[in-house]
Formats: sequence, C-alpha cells, structure tokens
Amino acid sequence: MERLPLKQKVLSENQIIAESLRQRFKEHGVLCLNLISGPGSGKTALLERTLASFDPATRVCVLTGDIQTDNDARRLAQYGFPVQQITTGGTCHLDGRMIEKHLAAWNLDEIDLLFIENVGNLVCPSSYDLGEASKIVLLSVTEGEDKPLKYPSIFFKSDLFVLTKVDLLPYVPFDAKVAEANARLVHPGIEIVRASSTTEGGLDTWLAWLKQRMAQARQGGPAVAGR
Amino acid sequence: MHELSIAESILEAVRKELASRSGARPTRVGLRIGELAAVDVDSLTFCFEAVLRGTEWENLVLDARVCAQRRICNDCGSEFAVVEYNATCPVCSGGNTRMIGGDELDFDYLEVETDGTASLEAKGTE
Repeated sequence: MERLPLKQKVLSENQIIAESLRQRFKEHGVLCLNLISGPGSGKTALLERTLASFDPATRVCVLTGDIQTDNDARRLAQYGFPVQQITTGGTCHLDGRMIEKHLAAWNLDEIDLLFIENVGNLVCPSSYDLGEASKIVLLSVTEGEDKPLKYPSIFFKSDLFVLTKVDLLPYVPFDAKVAEANARLVHPGIEIVRASSTTEGGLDTWLAWLKQRMAQARQGGPAVAGR
Repeated sequence: MHELSIAESILEAVRKELASRSGARPTRVGLRIGELAAVDVDSLTFCFEAVLRGTEWENLVLDARVCAQRRICNDCGSEFAVVEYNATCPVCSGGNTRMIGGDELDFDYLEVETDGTASLEAKGTE
C-alpha cells in the first residue's frame, strides 16, 4: 500500500473557473455580487427595488438562479435591464460553469454591475465560489435570530448581511440586535444593513454601499473575495 | 444537499490522479473539511458510497477529518482553535486575530494498492 499526498481543493475545478471569472471581472471593471439566502428572504424583492431605483443608463445585469421556473427573471426583466434565468433543474446551488456559460451572451465591457441571485438555500451556495467580489447574505425578520449560528459558513463568507423585511419587526418576535450580534460572533467584520423592500426603509444605506463598491471596482479596487 | 456533487468531484479527482498509474487501486481517500465549510460529513459519506456503487471501486473508503476553526493573533502570534465562535486570543486576550483554517474542503491523501504480491503483503500488515 502506498499513500500519495493530495494537495488540492475538492472543488478545484470550480475554483479554477471562479478564479478565471474573477480575473475577467477585474479586467473589465465589473463588480460581481453573489446574493445568498434561504428561500423567501427577499432576494428578488431587494433586486427589484434596487433596479427600480437605478438610472436607465446604469450598466447592470442580473443572473438569477432557481431550481425551476423563470418567474424571477420575468419579475426582474420589467425594469429594462438585461436579465437571464439560470434554471438548475434540481441542483441546489449555482456553480462557476453555469455563470461562465450564461455570461457568454453578454459583453463584459458593457457591464459595471453584475448581480447573481443564487438558488434559495443558506447552505450549499456558500461552498461554490462564482468569482464574485463579495457574497451578500440576506436574512428576513420572519426567520430566527439564531440563523447566523446555525448556518455560520455563509455568514462567515459574506461581506454584507442585509436584514430584510424590517417593516415587520413590530409584528414578529424577532430581536434584530440579537441576530446582528450572532452574525458578528461568526464574522466580526461583517457589514450590516437593515432594509425593507416594502416600505423602502434602509434602501438608501444599501444603495450607498453598492455605489461605494462600484466606485472601488471601477478603480480596479478590491475585486478579490476576502474569504 | 450539495454533498452529492462534492462526492462526484472526489471520485473525479481520484480518477484523474490514478489515470497515470495503471494497475493502482484506490483503497482510501483522505479529506480535510473545515467546520465552516458547510459540508455534512455523514451526508457526504452516504453520497460517496452511493456514487461508488456499481463502479470498480466499491470498497474505497472516505476518511473525512473535520477541522476546527483556527485563528492566529496579530499581536502576540499565538495560534489557537476557536471554541464557540470566540475569536479572542486566549494568550493575550486581544481581539486582533485572523482566521488561518476552518473553511477548507481539501484533499489530504490517497492510499492505493498496486496489483501483485507486494500489495497483498502490505494489506496483511495493515
């Protein structure tokens, strides 16, 4: 019997594609953001409000992933920006190859901001690098304050935590401070925004964060995933 | 749920590794899985056995070792395992620490047997 050392990542194939995507995004000055949450936390709603707020000249595109249906792409396409649905047909996450394939339809020189809306799932998408500059995790106030402790990986890997549906805080037994403290326990440096896509409260903070990150990407700034 | 894709990636990597070694049969593949890697070891083991079924490597064993989150103190240089998400340095009590491990999903080793008596003897002494 012989023991061979194997010094590679298990998902090395995905990692190679992700690094090549990251390099391309950097070269073309594209800010790529990967939005991740459980199903129904409000990823699509946040993107709708975001796209609605943009000047029509904004060079933004969206790739939206789901196991089935193109409902999200149809919702998002109403705002006049290019949108593609990625239907995974059963797979619980997006991977680098799916992104690469769908990007072939677009010219990266004509894009400043690329949103990837991942499949609704707090676990699996956290293992697949898509070449994004940042992962963004969403959690709604109708879920539980302990979700960052139950799903630490995605909170650990995300640069920004958007607490969504905060207009419902008066009606649900959810302590936002506890949720935020739990997120910081897992990831001390995580940035946090509270937002409501219904009342649009907090959206200005989210849009300011986006604007700042887009300016950084234009200057060839940190397009490197921190974790 | 993505453990099945990961199991397939493992098998694919083993195939690639052995492509240049004719007659070698894999017996055990070692992985290091960080506690922040979002991979469930039981589920991965189950999926790995499922993807092996019907292949020539049905007895290939998956040895997945879970690795705790490890941090290093930027002030005093101490390395420590994180318990209950406490990122504070246990030596100098400083909060200026950074992660050095715990989200990995890496191969560690691959054990192979080569056809012939030598491998049979090796098997006997295991």
